[in-house]
Amino acid sequence: MKNRSLVSIDDFSTEEILRILDLAEEFEKEPTQKLLEGKVIATLFFEPSTRTRLSFESAINRLGGKIVGFSDASNSSVSKGETLNDTILTVNNYCDLIVMRHPIEGSARYASEIASVPVINAGDGANQHPTQTLLDLYSIRKTQGTLDNLNIFMVGDLKYGRTVHSLMMAMSRWNTTFNFISPEELKMPDEFKLYLDNLGLKYYEHNDFTDIISKADIIYMTRVQKERFSDPIEYEKVKNVYVLRNSMLKNTKPNMRILHPLPRVNEIHQDVDSNPKAYYFEQALNGVYTRQAIVCSLLGIK
Amino acid sequence: MKEAKQMSVSAIQNGTVIDHVPARNLFKVIQILGLDRIDNQITFGTNLESKKLGLKAIIKISGVFFEDEDINRIALVAPDAKLNIIKDYEVVEKKVVEVPDYIVGIAKCMNPKCITNFESVTTRFKVVSKKNVSLKCHYCEKITNQENLQII
Repeated sequence: MKNRSLVSIDDFSTEEILRILDLAEEFEKEPTQKLLEGKVIATLFFEPSTRTRLSFESAINRLGGKIVGFSDASNSSVSKGETLNDTILTVNNYCDLIVMRHPIEGSARYASEIASVPVINAGDGANQHPTQTLLDLYSIRKTQGTLDNLNIFMVGDLKYGRTVHSLMMAMSRWNTTFNFISPEELKMPDEFKLYLDNLGLKYYEHNDFTDIISKADIIYMTRVQKERFSDPIEYEKVKNVYVLRNSMLKNTKPNMRILHPLPRVNEIHQDVDSNPKAYYFEQALNGVYTRQAIVCSLLGIK
Repeated sequence: MKEAKQMSVSAIQNGTVIDHVPARNLFKVIQILGLDRIDNQITFGTNLESKKLGLKAIIKISGVFFEDEDINRIALVAPDAKLNIIKDYEVVEKKVVEVPDYIVGIAKCMNPKCITNFESVTTRFKVVSKKNVSLKCHYCEKITNQENLQII
């Protein structure tokens, strides 16, 4: 995978995805190594994303790499009107790899075509965020022991949720059954359902958590944001329907785990946190190992 | 009374005739094929009556023979276009256009948040449906469908 970029999860074959996950397992056993000594990695965050940036920087720092970059476009030449083209052509002289977050969709693909070094997409608007998908896959495989034949519940904003779309597309490689739980206004878009239809995969849609929760292997929670609703009354009606509480987990499978891309607001009640089935903070830690695996793969070090 | 029969656009000796172009898209076809930048003799007629298209246009280009991949670029604006290849005033070959698998630099991505609408990036699409044309942007991965298709 040397010198390749990671822009979209579809850029990687199933074998390549599994190779990244295996490598992440190695980093989990030994997260501090000197593998990136002498390497300079640019983290270009054209919009703030503290969580993703810190995860990348922690991953790189633990491997001895050096970081240059910015955490907000207002601190960079972008605020002077520089084009992305020029920023990338300049920065790629200074580093061995670029990690980029940008609010404009398709910006990462474009950057990867201009840059002479690999580009990792750390989120391009509502489009792709493949390192999140890979850490989600890692968390699923780690907690379930497999990626095959699982029953995944996706809950909340399934219309705009970039992470659920990418995860759904990725998991469709492993014969997954999906249960989509969302308010009417935030249902999974037809294009994704059509995608599953074409693959012959099963999916079910619900408006609330029903007793089927006992079938779940993974519950993937997302935030239902008020600003997504055209009618504020609709939001008030549904806002408490998509909150996961500890009392709801009584009859769930022993292997079931709850994931969330974070930040959480109120969609998972704090009383869930102490339940051993709550996995979202470990999931965030897995992000460090997964990103170590991705960076080292693209640099050809591992 | 018998009407005088006259050709709307005069015949050419050697070259290509593109017929059944929707009249409103004549200049787009000219632009896409770069006909406004060549020195060959070109005659065209537009707003001609057509049973099939309502109003059609016809273009006759002297001394030019197109490769299929070049001519297929007009498929988005003139899907029913028919080509006659003329040699020595005779039609030696007829061709129809076909929507290609990839579209480069002709269409505009309908996603206002796509990078191609912010920086000078050549648009690129994968054609995901040819019948009711549907294009997937190589950059933002969003779909632009026939109703929202705009030619750059």
